Amino acid sequence: MSALTDDSIPTARRSYSDEMVAFVLMTALLVVVPFTGVYPFFVMQGLCFALLACAFNLLVGYGGLLSFGHAMFLGTAGYFTAHALKVWGVSPELGIIVGILGAAGLAVITGLIAIRRLGIYFAMITLALSQLVYFIYLQTPFTHGEDGIQGIPQGKMFGIFDLSQPTTLYYVILIGFLLGFLLIYRAINSPFGEVLKSIRENEQRAISLGYKTDQYKLLAYILSGTLAGFAGSLKVFVAQNASLTDVHWTMSGEIVLMTLVGGLGTVFGPVVGAFVIIAMQQYLAGFGQWVTVIQGLVFVVCVLTFRRGIIGELAHYFRRSL
Amino acid sequence: MSINLQALSAQLLVGLINGSFYALLSLGLAVIFGMLNIINFAHGALYMMGAFCAYFLLNGLGLSYWPALIIAPIAVGIFGMILERTMLKWLTGLDHLYGLLLTFGLALIIQGIFQNYFGSSGLPYAIPDQLKGGMNLGFMFLPIYRGWVVIFSLVVCLLTWYLIERTQLGAYLRAATENPTLVRAFGINVPRMITLTYGLGVGLAALAGVLSAPINQVRPLMGSDLIIVVFAVVVIGGMGSIMGSIITGFSLGIIEGLTKYFYPEASNTVVFVLMVLVLLVKPAGLTGRAT
Repeated sequence: MSALTDDSIPTARRSYSDEMVAFVLMTALLVVVPFTGVYPFFVMQGLCFALLACAFNLLVGYGGLLSFGHAMFLGTAGYFTAHALKVWGVSPELGIIVGILGAAGLAVITGLIAIRRLGIYFAMITLALSQLVYFIYLQTPFTHGEDGIQGIPQGKMFGIFDLSQPTTLYYVILIGFLLGFLLIYRAINSPFGEVLKSIRENEQRAISLGYKTDQYKLLAYILSGTLAGFAGSLKVFVAQNASLTDVHWTMSGEIVLMTLVGGLGTVFGPVVGAFVIIAMQQYLAGFGQWVTVIQGLVFVVCVLTFRRGIIGELAHYFRRSL
Repeated sequence: MSINLQALSAQLLVGLINGSFYALLSLGLAVIFGMLNIINFAHGALYMMGAFCAYFLLNGLGLSYWPALIIAPIAVGIFGMILERTMLKWLTGLDHLYGLLLTFGLALIIQGIFQNYFGSSGLPYAIPDQLKGGMNLGFMFLPIYRGWVVIFSLVVCLLTWYLIERTQLGAYLRAATENPTLVRAFGINVPRMITLTYGLGVGLAALAGVLSAPINQVRPLMGSDLIIVVFAVVVIGGMGSIMGSIITGFSLGIIEGLTKYFYPEASNTVVFVLMVLVLLVKPAGLTGRAT
């Protein structure tokens, strides 16, 4: 038994109409952002982390597998995309593909190792693997060690869309996020997603029903890692750099925190959680290490009193499916 | 390739010292996991607190290394027991991932507070006078303090093993790990034992912190990377056996030391690579039961 089997994860019947309304609202809100005067860089960064948290949530919220090393996909895709754009001079769309392939490859390798143990060991193994990846990137020349890859050209997407234009870049990032989001939504509502949830609830029973649970878990892990890589590739165009920060375990912790705050196993929770945490970091940027302390406090408060997260609590209170 | 015995034995000694810390920390993790079903992510932060406690005792109260060796583990152990009583206790019955998340949060809080007050650089802590200097063993020069750390850690590890595997109290403890309800039916106060167990595990971490203070300097982040290596040690050894944790801890330290001599580029990844190999060959860990 490794699943997150307690009251904090919604198990009630899903209502697709609720989710559709919420999706349309979210999309409408995000589409009008450039006209509202909100700092677009902040929203773009938020979208990348939102996609990352959604990808992570696919694994932990639906598969019950807590990965403590998801930063390795973010960082790997970031480095690969950055290297392809800057050194090989490829077009943005190709750069994204290179990044995604890098993350997918890493997900296959680490997935085959990590799914050999369950529950608490899975978390420790993914953390150790990501630390291994971190040290490799610290030492290989192409990542430029502590400096990272900087001054990455943004280029023209499909030869038409100039990504150095903030508004164009914003909509490209938004479309990327929505594509990833819908893919995850499709996955959790497919037969594959149902089997994944059954593994979360009771793996032994799923095995006895004839499902090869290891294959499902591996597939979920690869899908999650690949999509996290997609987020990492998109982030390169926003931040225009790729650095060790994105591979460090503190980043993995932040991904967990975003998902936990928004609501594990909810459709929209990770999006809300990502924006909450990014906003918090933005406002507290001048307070030095107190940000870390506050993040720790949020962890503690969430685990002790608020396990459903923001969206999970709302959904529970209004008896809606979000 | 010619082997420089002097350099090799120096790296082996560094490996043995790291191995002592791995053993003390993974031992504490295993004891805590057995009773509380929690992986204590705050272990590295509490190890750091042990070192800082020794630093405060010396610079605030003028108490030397020797009292610190006793006071610091007790003080940090009590702090741990307060954490257990006020927070960890409420997670009983929940999935153990929540324990990992809660203790991760605690680690961030503790490390963040220390970083705010002490920055990220190291504070010096002098080797106690009685253990200064070194001995010439013919093939190598042995700094006495380093020898002391290895021997003292080994003794503490073996005492812990004895306490858990060979005493009445340990028998209660092992019984309560297997079936807490039944043990409570015999009139044994299991919640109090859980608190004490957490205090013991945390105390071992703090003791490792005091031992490392004169070697590695006292830094707010001294435990944060160490704990990840210790997790890999725990995955390799499995958490089923106390002796297993001790042996795995020391052996991995030695292997790391050898790597530092023969292939220094891999010295900070070798434990993780070994973890991967063990997972591929023997997924349940070397001594652990499959989970």
